Amino acid sequence: MAAKALGSPLMDERFASTLSLLADYTSQHVLLSAAALALGVAISLPLAVAASRRPRLRFAVLAVASLVQTIPGLALLALFYPLLLGLSALTAKLFGFGVPALGFLPSLLALAVYSMLPILRNSVTGLLGVDATYLEAADGVGMTGRQKLLRVELPLAAPVIMAGIRTAAVWTIGMATLSTTVGQTGLGNFIFSGLQTENWISVLVGCTAVVTLALVVDWALGAIEAAVVDRNAIGMVIGLAVLVLGTAAAAIPLIGSRSHGYVIGAKNFSEQFILAELMAERLEATGHVVERKQGLGSAVIFRALAGSDIDAYVDYSGTLWTNVLGRHDTPSRDAMLDELTTTLRERYGVTVLGALGFENAYALAMRSARATEAKVATIADLAPLTPRLKLGSDLEFLGRPEWAALKQAYGLSFAEEKSYNPTFMYRALADGGVDVISAFSSDGRIAAENLLVLSDVKHAIPAYDAVILISPRRRDDEALRGVLAPLIGAIPVERMRQANYMLDRDTEKATVQEAARFLADGVERQDR
Amino acid sequence: MAPVPLIELIGVAKSFDGGRTYALHDVSLTVEAGGFIALVGSSGSGKTTAMKMINRLLEPDRGQVRFEGQEVGSLDAAMFRRRIGYVFQGIGLFPHMTIAENIAITPQLLQWPTPDIEARVMELLDLVELPRSYAARFPHALSGGQRQRAGVARAIAARPRVMLMDEPFGALDPVTRDALGNAYRALHEQLAMTTVMVTHDVQEAVLLADRIVVMSAGRIVADDTPGALLAGHASTEVSALMAMPRRQAERIRTLLESSGRQGPRQPAHG
Repeated sequence: MAAKALGSPLMDERFASTLSLLADYTSQHVLLSAAALALGVAISLPLAVAASRRPRLRFAVLAVASLVQTIPGLALLALFYPLLLGLSALTAKLFGFGVPALGFLPSLLALAVYSMLPILRNSVTGLLGVDATYLEAADGVGMTGRQKLLRVELPLAAPVIMAGIRTAAVWTIGMATLSTTVGQTGLGNFIFSGLQTENWISVLVGCTAVVTLALVVDWALGAIEAAVVDRNAIGMVIGLAVLVLGTAAAAIPLIGSRSHGYVIGAKNFSEQFILAELMAERLEATGHVVERKQGLGSAVIFRALAGSDIDAYVDYSGTLWTNVLGRHDTPSRDAMLDELTTTLRERYGVTVLGALGFENAYALAMRSARATEAKVATIADLAPLTPRLKLGSDLEFLGRPEWAALKQAYGLSFAEEKSYNPTFMYRALADGGVDVISAFSSDGRIAAENLLVLSDVKHAIPAYDAVILISPRRRDDEALRGVLAPLIGAIPVERMRQANYMLDRDTEKATVQEAARFLADGVERQDR
Repeated sequence: MAPVPLIELIGVAKSFDGGRTYALHDVSLTVEAGGFIALVGSSGSGKTTAMKMINRLLEPDRGQVRFEGQEVGSLDAAMFRRRIGYVFQGIGLFPHMTIAENIAITPQLLQWPTPDIEARVMELLDLVELPRSYAARFPHALSGGQRQRAGVARAIAARPRVMLMDEPFGALDPVTRDALGNAYRALHEQLAMTTVMVTHDVQEAVLLADRIVVMSAGRIVADDTPGALLAGHASTEVSALMAMPRRQAERIRTLLESSGRQGPRQPAHG
């Protein structure tokens, strides 16, 4: 089956579109990793020297470095974002300019901090392990403290220090994949977008590239390490040349070509990738340069927009209502949109350009045939039947406020409630394992599997209209507004479901670009 | 009238545990230029501690150490040590440097011109009787005796007037030890150096030094020429110490005399 799939033209196209991104992603990944490792070494080595001299400092430094290591990588990256945001506000106030809080800088800092432990630990161990005989000899021949360090201690500790740097390098290259979540492009983009759209080719290409990169760098550092031990100048030159030339080659595509255009953001699921691609391609079609920042965390993306680190993205009214404004009431769709438009403008300078025309809300769904049979069209119809029905949900639904609100408003009490990964949830519904599922209203599988979305007649949960948001920096940018305005009200939910399904179906998956073009066709047809 | 002594220890005391016990009690010692002094005593007697005071590898808690009349504490330690040769049992040849680089290190720190350093390295290899081809070797490729020769070469590379040696020949086999000891004594004469040697081997001290300083429990208990000390000393400890080489010498003489009567013969084994 795999052979057949690989041979199909569709697979070839997906493979080709993945490979076309490889050079850019790899070079960004290389530059970030190299910069982070260099920074890590630059901080760790002097710190290790100082720590090897002072036991108390040694204890403190190693304890802090170990502590940092226990913070999950994703959390560490996410933590640097608000930190830099605060710093940016401070520098803006003091010196009149802000520091970028998204992308390269937080990734660099988090990775550098993360790389420090192996370098610190090995350097301290290496320096403390230098035989006292050589230290006495160094004093005896009349070396100053500095000469002793540079000519005797560091060369003798070099193999152990190099081993630490190798470990750090491999960690950093692997960890750098996570920087996708704070808007830094890299090989992680393959992995994150691939996982979301179940595009395994993309995931595989990303992983293979990361592993290859790590192996090459480890090999080069290993060659340097061996050369240090053998005092072999040629080996050292070869190893260094591979690293320096590799980094330089990665920098070439970035030189000159960096005229900063529009930055379009996306969260980390299929619909977001498609909508971001749609907006980006429209801008590119009118001659603009566009940078895509995909796979941003839900918590990060609005603040990134408010800080003008990205210029536009699509969010959902209910999410903004509860998460950004902190509201718990559920006004009507229009009232909510009106209030969001004024409040986001007042508080954050963010423009709500308008709603795309579809909702992506949490909803309950049943197989259509089953619903007709039971005469159920709304959640209110469903309520009296629930003691005899089983509910299947995705992994987070049962813990969300939307579920609590639905349960309370309609008095739902299912016989059984089970959580699944989305693919298995749909399968359980299909084979009768569950009777009702939680669903996203724009999910392509609703139409494909012939499901009925039960309407929330009591408006227990807020509306989730997809809306285009524009950053404070671009609020008066007529060109941007002009390009995006035709999308307002132009994407009906059926069209969005079909586009999503192109990515979410299990076989014959399309690329994000293809799905975006499919949406664009619909928009043009409406324009005419 | 004697000029200022080259090295003086005046009432020097040293404790390694904050004053609870003392490794040196009130030690006073004078070394004249050109002398060859052996510091002897059992381990823990303070002989190494006393020697390390001279080139500031250790600082005294009390008392003064002077070099050419100047208090050594007032001198820049690194600069000062470059004027003093230092050889110790561990040798401490740097394993990541070749023999040539090891020997060249002090001249290099003193920023001699490179051609001078290269010439000096060859001269020293000849002097300590190591083949010149050894220059490019690393220390691990040399035998213990060869390493010790390289250690001596490194110590005298910058033409120091003073040599400090701590059990310099301790780890060597007796034949090498004897040969290297004699070779060093010849160098000492030839280069008109002042030498302070720490050893626990009284025989070695008797054979090489002009003057023997016996230490015990952090104090100097005897300070005289080898001849005078061999003749006897008021302290039973010193007498016992000095009796050993004398007894050995007498025994060897007896053996030689008895074998002399029997006439020369083939050695029992090669």
